[in-house]
Amino acid sequence: MAATSLGAPGRGGAGRLAGRGVFYLVIALFTVFAALPFYVMLITAFKRNSDFFDPNANPFWFSQSPTLEHIRLLFQDTLFVRWLLNSFLVGGLVVAITLVLAVPAAYSLARLAGSWGEALAIGIFLTYLIPPTLLFLPFAKVIAFLGLQNSMWSLVVAYPTFTVPFCTWLLMGFFKGIPADIEEQAMVDGYSRFGAFMRAVLPLAVPGILTVVVFAFTLSMSEFVYALTFVQDSAQKTVSIGVPTELVRGDVFRWGPLLAGALIASIPVAVLYTFFIDHFVAGLTAVAGE
Amino acid sequence: MSAHAPQRRDALLAVGMLLPAVLFIVLLVGVPFGLAIYYSLHDVTTGGTEPRWVGAGNFLELFGDRNFITALKNTIWFTFGTLVAVLVLATIQAELLMRKFRGKWVVRFLLLLPWTAPVALGLIGWLWMYDSVFSPIDWLLRQLGLLGRPGALLGAMPNLYWLGDKQLAMPSVIVVNVWRLLPLATVIVLAGLNSVPRDVIEQSRIDRAGYLRRLFDIVLPMISPILLVAILFTFVFTFGDMISIFILTRGGPANSTQVVASMAFFTGILGGNLGKGAAVALFLFPALAGVSGVLLSLIRRSEVG
Repeated sequence: MAATSLGAPGRGGAGRLAGRGVFYLVIALFTVFAALPFYVMLITAFKRNSDFFDPNANPFWFSQSPTLEHIRLLFQDTLFVRWLLNSFLVGGLVVAITLVLAVPAAYSLARLAGSWGEALAIGIFLTYLIPPTLLFLPFAKVIAFLGLQNSMWSLVVAYPTFTVPFCTWLLMGFFKGIPADIEEQAMVDGYSRFGAFMRAVLPLAVPGILTVVVFAFTLSMSEFVYALTFVQDSAQKTVSIGVPTELVRGDVFRWGPLLAGALIASIPVAVLYTFFIDHFVAGLTAVAGE
Repeated sequence: MSAHAPQRRDALLAVGMLLPAVLFIVLLVGVPFGLAIYYSLHDVTTGGTEPRWVGAGNFLELFGDRNFITALKNTIWFTFGTLVAVLVLATIQAELLMRKFRGKWVVRFLLLLPWTAPVALGLIGWLWMYDSVFSPIDWLLRQLGLLGRPGALLGAMPNLYWLGDKQLAMPSVIVVNVWRLLPLATVIVLAGLNSVPRDVIEQSRIDRAGYLRRLFDIVLPMISPILLVAILFTFVFTFGDMISIFILTRGGPANSTQVVASMAFFTGILGGNLGKGAAVALFLFPALAGVSGVLLSLIRRSEVG
């Protein structure tokens, strides 16, 4: 039993057993609430149309044998694969830009800058609090000015505006956790400050850098508002807007491919994200823990 | 002089390493932000006519616009409803996740899914859950005899029209938003609970403090800075959000779920009225900055205390 657990009653026997039962019941309720939409997506994506569109058929299980028809439609009849590739390409480039900008900035703020670095770091963090909905209209003008409208390249420019501030903030914490003696020793050994950073500090910051890679990538895969505003060409869309906008036309919902596509694109991102969410939250809570 | 040289070189390096990131942020966040202010003070359309200075005209026009007043009220209701539900549920969920149990990693993965999966895609699941004919929730209610027969508790109609009913649409959308933000708040609160020293809990147990007293008198005050962080992010991610509204209802039925952020999108992009759209969006800023500022200073102060 976790020592810090609050609720564990000190009594034994029946009371304890009942407490345990309530505990599992509540956990089960929360889990159903969280996962039910995904479960229904999973079942429905493999249902035959006649099973699908029968209001009296059990929506939580198969009334007829499952089919791969919707998956086939999704991959052959829609641009789903293209959207996935677009998302990967945009995500990969955003990761690269984020690393190039955020890694040196974070090191500078953590080690080199003095008191003004602290203020600047808070300032950088605050830009993460500006929602895209505040900026998307004028941003569309900037994108047009750059000649990137209606192209996924606009997203390569736009996404670092939220990944760079957040990742700089996150990496700053990692760099602060690396003892200063490491570079000092390297500098005694004849490296310049920058050389010490490259040779001695960066290898130790690999976990932090990996975290940043995962976040820049998953945040890019999930972004919606900028992609919706900047990209209208079907072949240029990312998966996050391609699925909800191209498979729904007005009132016509292509439910089978829609649910299948949403599920298939969600799971890898979710798995990747889950491994790193504690670091993500450590970044968010760092405002309270200075 | 030479003694200062390494320090000067460090300062130069500091600026050099920082400059690309700062320039990028200033150019691509600062410039659009400045433009947003410019647009909101001008009459600008996507049609390409010359922007005309209207001063506070766009803002004044908004106050005469009943749709905007509705959107403002909806935003407050949407944000407040989400905040209260998320805080209560996140505290309970974090409390549960403090314990060890079998299969915890699977449960954790599933509980986090609404936040870790791309929002727009998870919302599609809810679109099906709330479907006006095939809604699995309605099916379940019909099986339980609560819906779809004469005299049933929830009515004789076969469906509840979660997103199509003016009264029901906003609560339905709030449920989805709570669903999406609950994992984030939970993990934040969990980080707070993990930082409470064990002996504090142990001591309170020896003192035979009851469960609720222990929670309210000892644990919640200790994690209050972290709770404020959870409030901050739930607020920011709800107040400026338009994704759930865009995918689920498009602001309907009859504007009953239109929030300020979604109205900015529909006015500025689909309506082509950049000036008014920017004014609508910019309207979010004072409230966002004000509330975030208050929360951040509270967080900082409670750290010292």
